[in-house]
Amino acid sequence: MSFLSYLISGISLGSVYAIIALGYTMVYGIAKMLNFAHGDIIMVGGYMVFIVVSTMGMPPAAGILTAVVVCTLLGVTVERIAYKPLRGASPLAVLITAIGVSYLLQNLALLLWGADTKAFTSVVAIEPLRLAEGQLMITGETIVTITTCIVVMVTLTAFINKTKTGQAMLAVSEDKGAATLMGINVNRTIAITFAIGSALAAVAGVLLCSAYPSLTPYTGAMPGIKAFVAAVFGGIGSIPGAMIGGILLGVIENLSKAYISSQLSDAIVFSVLIIVLLVRPTGIMGKKISEKV
Amino acid sequence: MKKRFFSLALAAAMAASLTACGGSGDTATTTQAPTADAAGTESTAASAAETEAPTADAGATWKIGAIGPLTGGAAIYGNAVVNGAQIAVDEINAAGGINGFQIEYMSADDEHDAEKAVNAYNSLKDKGMQLLVGTTTSNPCIAVADKTAADNMFQLTPSGSAVECAANPNVFRVCFSDPDQGAASAKYIGEHKLATKIAVIYDSSDVYSSGIYAKFAAEAANQGLEIVAEEAFTADTNKDFTTQLQKAKDAGAELVFLPFYYTEAALVLTQANTMGWDPLFFGCDGMDGILGVKNFDTSLAEGLMLLTPFAADAEDDLTVSFVTTYKEKYGDIPNQFAADSYDAVYAIKAALEDANANPEMSVSDICEAAKASMVKISVDGLTGAGMTWNAEGEPSKEPKAVKIEGGAYVSME
Repeated sequence: MSFLSYLISGISLGSVYAIIALGYTMVYGIAKMLNFAHGDIIMVGGYMVFIVVSTMGMPPAAGILTAVVVCTLLGVTVERIAYKPLRGASPLAVLITAIGVSYLLQNLALLLWGADTKAFTSVVAIEPLRLAEGQLMITGETIVTITTCIVVMVTLTAFINKTKTGQAMLAVSEDKGAATLMGINVNRTIAITFAIGSALAAVAGVLLCSAYPSLTPYTGAMPGIKAFVAAVFGGIGSIPGAMIGGILLGVIENLSKAYISSQLSDAIVFSVLIIVLLVRPTGIMGKKISEKV
Repeated sequence: MKKRFFSLALAAAMAASLTACGGSGDTATTTQAPTADAAGTESTAASAAETEAPTADAGATWKIGAIGPLTGGAAIYGNAVVNGAQIAVDEINAAGGINGFQIEYMSADDEHDAEKAVNAYNSLKDKGMQLLVGTTTSNPCIAVADKTAADNMFQLTPSGSAVECAANPNVFRVCFSDPDQGAASAKYIGEHKLATKIAVIYDSSDVYSSGIYAKFAAEAANQGLEIVAEEAFTADTNKDFTTQLQKAKDAGAELVFLPFYYTEAALVLTQANTMGWDPLFFGCDGMDGILGVKNFDTSLAEGLMLLTPFAADAEDDLTVSFVTTYKEKYGDIPNQFAADSYDAVYAIKAALEDANANPEMSVSDICEAAKASMVKISVDGLTGAGMTWNAEGEPSKEPKAVKIEGGAYVSME
């Protein structure tokens, strides 16, 4: 019985990693850049909901909408100002810029909203599901997060495979130069990718803060890194991989806390990551890159 | 092109260092600051010249500096320290200063980073700082304490609680050291028979938390307390505590000891509540502030006990006036860090008055005088009545236990 409850809390944690990882993997898959500021856009989303719902007393739906709009605008602006001028530069330059944007957002948040911890009110109104006479419990936040993950996963896959914009994204991700020659507006496509990625970050922020209700300017940083690991674990660029990677990461983390050592859980998680990458360098669901001899 | 920029930058840096040296050369050299630190780097050499006594004008002032994280994740503590000291300085200046000399107060940011703290210290020293209230957090404090020892500058840390912070003879502290807190907590739980089966959750990546935990575990054995679960987390895994709580619950713990900061504790309490588990919770001074978390459902903290030197709701005149002034000036309820630094400034005042020192003395002479007086004075402060210090720099005061009842801290007997 206690195994099941550890498993469930692992899945709850993993589902939060998964929803963040979806945004990471989406941007990486198309734009081929690691947006390290993703975690901080999540934090901005959290603050938006906090301001609209807890400070202004508006309904949660208004808060989520504000968060999505603000994060989308923020994501597109960041892309326009910080990443677009570096389109032709080396990937390393873009990576460093992304780290810079991450710190910039954290410190802006610190200036605007202060360093003190704020308690977030969950926007999920679903009662927890109690099984086995109340010994097992699945929180409403977990149910909503997993459902959202699946919906996002299916929608994104359909969007990329079925729509014209989606096809353009695929083309851009394969070869920017060739895509331009085909008449695809690469800049616009990447901007749309960032808009979607940031909107996902807003949703992830709301769910992260609902599940773990404390909000500081650094709230997004560590889950962002963990989600990045989850995305690599699942195969970066693969949308189902992000979800599987996220949930596995959460489960491994919690089970090693429960059965091996609560101090060593991170060491164990990252050892598993190393082993997976040694065996499958592209991650669990990553595309195989076949080499022609 | 790049080369030209580089040489320009170099030239600018040289010019800057030249002016810095020029500025320090103006002040008359009276006594040489002893440099115990053999590593005579350029910066210490330059700053050694800076530590000389200020010009002997009629309008001499005490130059007291404070250092703490004003930005970054620990900013809440640094700002509290800087603000708390500011209030004490304002009060003292309004009442005529120390030995008739006004205080010139300055502060610098260390971002809770040892290297930046040393930079902050050097820059304050360049501005003529004579006494240091700081630094706020333990790791930077240890780094700065070595520098002040080399310069023989008097340092009083309000809140550097790691043992090493006050290891040097010129450093004193206002707060309890970590081991003291751990032992005091175990003693309190044992003597008041709060529980016998204890679970501990601690932050193994934090020297404060693991330091308290180690001493707590040692003292718990003497008190006949049984530690049934010892669960750790790290700064990287500080969101989900359900596994640790589940293990503590399965082990039959009646009381959970939480020696860490309230940011994580708020999550622990929320998650325990979701699990439907309601043991006793007991925290340390880092727990102070949990009621100040914006939008936090304080009913979750109901019954939470903590050892803290300062309770903002205490009704003595000193606390009431401090809390009112702090609220007026900074719009927040002060935490114990603010109270510690307020007391630190008054302790410095008491020591300087006892020594009958004046700001025209050299930094080193002020330090010697203050050191000798620190062990003689007794200060009635916000964080304890009749505080005294020993030569090791450790304060002696009674820890106060408070319990959260009806959404407020209530002192326990």
